[in-house]
Amino acid sequence: MPKAATSRKPEKRANLSSPKTTKKAAPKPEKVDSSTFLDVEEAIREYEDRKASQLKAIKKVDKETLREMLYQMVLGRHFEEKCAEVYRMGKIGGFCHLYIGQEAIAIGTMLSLNKDDMVITSYRDHVQAMVKGLSPESVMAELYGREGGCVKGKGGSMHMFSKEHHFYGGHGIVGGQIGVGTGMAYAAKYKRTGQVVLCFFGEAAVNQGIFHESLNMAELWGLPVIYICENNRYGMGTSQKRAMSARSIAKKAESYEMANEFVDGMDVMAVRGATRRAVERARNESKPTLLEIRAYRYMGHSMSDPGNYRTREEILKYQERDPIILFKDSLKEAKVLNEKDFDEIEQRAVEATASALKFADESPYPSESELLTDVLA
Amino acid sequence: MATMTIRDALNQALREELIRDENVFIMGEEVAEYDGAYKVTRGLWKEFGDKRVVDAPITELGFAGLGVGAAMAGLRPVIEFMTWNFSILAADQIINHAAKMLYMSGGEFNIPIVFRGPNGSAYQVSSQHSQALEAMYANFPGLKVVMPSNAADAKGLLKSAIRDDNPVIFMEQERMYGMKAEVPEDEDFTIPLGVADVKREGTDCTIVARSMTVPMALEAAEKIKEQFDVSVEVVDPRTIKPLDIDTIANSVRKTNRLVIVEESHSFASVGAEISHQIMDSAFDYLDAPIKRISTEETPMPYAKNLEALALPSVDKIIAAVKEVCYL
Repeated sequence: MPKAATSRKPEKRANLSSPKTTKKAAPKPEKVDSSTFLDVEEAIREYEDRKASQLKAIKKVDKETLREMLYQMVLGRHFEEKCAEVYRMGKIGGFCHLYIGQEAIAIGTMLSLNKDDMVITSYRDHVQAMVKGLSPESVMAELYGREGGCVKGKGGSMHMFSKEHHFYGGHGIVGGQIGVGTGMAYAAKYKRTGQVVLCFFGEAAVNQGIFHESLNMAELWGLPVIYICENNRYGMGTSQKRAMSARSIAKKAESYEMANEFVDGMDVMAVRGATRRAVERARNESKPTLLEIRAYRYMGHSMSDPGNYRTREEILKYQERDPIILFKDSLKEAKVLNEKDFDEIEQRAVEATASALKFADESPYPSESELLTDVLA
Repeated sequence: MATMTIRDALNQALREELIRDENVFIMGEEVAEYDGAYKVTRGLWKEFGDKRVVDAPITELGFAGLGVGAAMAGLRPVIEFMTWNFSILAADQIINHAAKMLYMSGGEFNIPIVFRGPNGSAYQVSSQHSQALEAMYANFPGLKVVMPSNAADAKGLLKSAIRDDNPVIFMEQERMYGMKAEVPEDEDFTIPLGVADVKREGTDCTIVARSMTVPMALEAAEKIKEQFDVSVEVVDPRTIKPLDIDTIANSVRKTNRLVIVEESHSFASVGAEISHQIMDSAFDYLDAPIKRISTEETPMPYAKNLEALALPSVDKIIAAVKEVCYL
């Protein structure tokens, strides 16, 4: 890793070097399709292919946006790695579900929204909250359970909210937010606000009744909602293979005659493209879409997960197709940025995270009088 | 004042609130084209159309969740459960989402929603359709729980519930929909949540009753007056949560005796809570141990005689009053 172009003492960074394997001639990968479980070798073979398609998509987007996308991804990565570090120091309590490896999804989906579009997600919510506009300070202070947190220290890791930024939480019951997100879209249609809803959940939530009940109503009533299944392959420690009779999540939408798309969650541009198609459908036709976006969670389900259900080797191989490294390489190849620009982006992320940690550390604990407030309006 | 049934009083409250606030909408099974399983929403779909009165599929968890999200984003949903028994399917959305949203969002998102429908037993509908669930919902901070016992209260309380900025559990009683009473016709007639009502004044014994057991308690009070010349006061909390314990305690300080009658099971019931709160606030005024009449600790049987045996009754109430009055 090159040194940062600053006199600041560099923080420990994520390993975002390009993989050596990408220079090899890769055999032509089979078409990525949600009907098959991708194995690790296939995943790596995809790298070059994915980059080619990413390069094409990059040409249609302005440099400013592309750099911002990369910055948000790098910030998400650094922020979450710091979370793991301070969690181990006991500064964050309770559950803490990290997003590392899935950054392309939050960034690819949310950066093409209007400011007042609504977002709701599960408990793996730190990065979504920041991309929607919450400051890293308010998210980190919430993780610390401090007064300066976005919800005053009352929600913690799983419950980030901000009315100002149209971020509807941070929900702790697997799948529960799918029903709530459906209702948000119902309100948008009822009030003719023109807003659309992005409703995120993991693949394990798809086995819950609320997923099916919500999709049925959304299609039946034409609601402007995009259901985004972040398929990170594991519901806690149980792989999708062991939990779901059907392989394709995207195709489940067809039971409800709903538009759907399978998306490669390692390619931020593919995520962006699919989301924009779905957002257009929601905004112009008031129709829902189910996106299955396949990613891979590098970390445990939560910080307390020892990860005995998969091998270190499997994780390492996935890391070789890292969405940030891929995007960085593509942007360099497209001459959108050079290594120095990337260093600056990384340094910005390091500084934003450091500032968040400092803010959280200095923010006081909530006053004891807060215990009994906000129970009833 | 007009004389009307509880069913019509509820209907009038819904209609007036639909007119008053365009963010109010009604959703539930059979509420629109069918006119409501118990006709509480009769005529509303014809008057207000598809947007305001919406037939939902049989998908309780789904439409409860939809209601929570719609409330979060600025609407005021009135969600009908055909009966509260079916709300158990939706409990995750009511308890984990509606009740906790304001708190866990640090005050950012309140949930102005009413969940309503009939609670408790009906006429021989057996175990899965005869449950009184108020104690379960009252256990969770963040929910209000309302149980009217006559037409005027039904109207005034439902209007307040719809205007309230919190999730309100509004529990009616199928056996009571046809009961008539005088109801104020003023469009601004409301009854504040959290205020008990003394349904009958008396000096010798207090009965706290709610929903279906209020008319039973009033009948029992009449009979006791006739037979034993004992003067019974009947207090109806009307709102289970927040509970107006002061009105109940003041009554107990006057009568020194308390009988609690409820349709729910006795274990961990609202009656148990009232009993505890009275011990806390009026222990020294009690001249006899508090007595409770609840539904027997058994799922509801179908057979008519067994069903009657399981439920509270006027005779059971009279026996309890005699016991606390040492008659």
